[in-house]
Amino acid sequence: MTRKFKWRHLYLWLVFIVLYAPIIFLVVYSFSAGTTMNNFHGFTWSHYQDLFADSRLIAIFLDTLLIALLSSVLATTIGTLGALGINNTTRPVARNTILSLNNILMVSPDVIIGASFLIFFTALKIPLGFGSVLLSHIAFSIPIVVLMVLPKIQEMGTSLLDAASDLGANNWQLLSQVIVPYIMPGIFSGFFMALTYSLDDFAVTFFVTGNGFTTLSVEIYSRARQGINLEINALSGLMFLLALILVIGYYFINQYSSRHRAAARGRRS
Amino acid sequence: MQRKQKLTRNTAYFVPYTLWIVLFVIAPVILLIYQSFFNIDGQFTLGNYQTYFTSSTYLMMTVNSVWYAFLITLATLLISYPTAYLLNETKHPQLWLLLIIMPTWINLLLKAYAFIGIFSQVGIANQFLSFIGIGPKQLLFTNFSFIFVAAYIQIPFMVLPIYNAVSELNPSYVNASRDLGATPWQTFSRVIFPLTLPGVKAGIQAVFIPSLSLFMLTRLIGGNKVITLGTAIEEHFLTTMNWGMGSTIGVVLIIAMVIIMWLTGGSKRRPRKGLTK
Repeated sequence: MTRKFKWRHLYLWLVFIVLYAPIIFLVVYSFSAGTTMNNFHGFTWSHYQDLFADSRLIAIFLDTLLIALLSSVLATTIGTLGALGINNTTRPVARNTILSLNNILMVSPDVIIGASFLIFFTALKIPLGFGSVLLSHIAFSIPIVVLMVLPKIQEMGTSLLDAASDLGANNWQLLSQVIVPYIMPGIFSGFFMALTYSLDDFAVTFFVTGNGFTTLSVEIYSRARQGINLEINALSGLMFLLALILVIGYYFINQYSSRHRAAARGRRS
Repeated sequence: MQRKQKLTRNTAYFVPYTLWIVLFVIAPVILLIYQSFFNIDGQFTLGNYQTYFTSSTYLMMTVNSVWYAFLITLATLLISYPTAYLLNETKHPQLWLLLIIMPTWINLLLKAYAFIGIFSQVGIANQFLSFIGIGPKQLLFTNFSFIFVAAYIQIPFMVLPIYNAVSELNPSYVNASRDLGATPWQTFSRVIFPLTLPGVKAGIQAVFIPSLSLFMLTRLIGGNKVITLGTAIEEHFLTTMNWGMGSTIGVVLIIAMVIIMWLTGGSKRRPRKGLTK
């Protein structure tokens, strides 16, 4: 029995190691004094120094961050309002149609989203660059926000809203003081997902970015096509750190909201 | 009064969201289909479809693309199913799941870039092959490396839905099957696998569709030897500027997507990030 147990763990550990080895490999070589990813040549911070001295890359990083923050704030706002609207839609047919339309951008391959947005922007004569990338990122982040917020709204139930209305709350008070505080964990999860979607996107941005504007993913792609450059390793070290912070942040929000829910349930009973 | 108030609230919420659906969901798809009827000179024609369905290059490319997507999905499934199953039997499955899913939060391009280093001529993979006596091989820019890296990237997206199905499996069915004298293989093939099939289908859907369109991997890892539908679309839109033909391939890709969703049942959403449950 114990022997069997060990075999199982061995398989899981193997999958686990294979999944993490390339990432650790990248980060380890970001500290190597050499210029290739073949032999470790002794510890150095020089690639990180190069990275911070590369003003072009820093500008691209800031642009990427700006796009991510702006697009997720706007997508979260539109998506949350959309989820509230969907929740108010009582006819099942209308509701299912809207939900199917909502999910189209989630199941479509990135290439299709990118190509069709490119045609769309060209048809409307929207110049390719910051604006088109921002609009695309808002567009593909909205559905995930809706999917994260909607369950929270459904969990809320109507009695709370009715009580607030009976006590004389107007629409705005209802929204700002009852609904939004209640669904805040859902809004936060949606915001986080939108943020990571935007930071991670390559294919859609690649199609709609034009010549003047670049995000980190597109820049990594064009540099990687030229071969190994340990500055990218240093960049991946920093992005790994960022991803770690985002995951931990997301995890704690989830933990907090489930604890919160448990506490609320405890008080009620 | 009450109903009227609810109605105004409803429409006010809905304006930006409806605008989004019309402008960014419906309009682009219609424009893509519309564009597919125009040739490179901007004339209306059915020629793109005619070229596509009569040219052996395009048809071979499509068959190849589907074949590689199938191989990637199969490899991913063979690795992910046992992973998901064993995951469910550990003491802290949620923690393990989080660890399996974590790599999806790392930028895909960086993971592809890592493999350029790992699979290079004197890279760590070849050093290992030399060490065990096989000797260095050309690894980067081969079909094998394309399938390997694509499977590597997709594993978490396959593990998650299968894990969800396995964790919902009632263990008493498995116990009943064993008590009634079924061999381990019979228990698996007659009880466990059929009951977790919805998870497997969702996983196949989550892996197969993106595998048809991974153009960055065919460029960076596959060395342009494998041309997928996604690569062809990217090439037509951004290199040869033949948007009509690119849109035609796009329409084919959409049809392929619909067929796969129909085969795997329903339009379950595809979590592009692991933590979306």
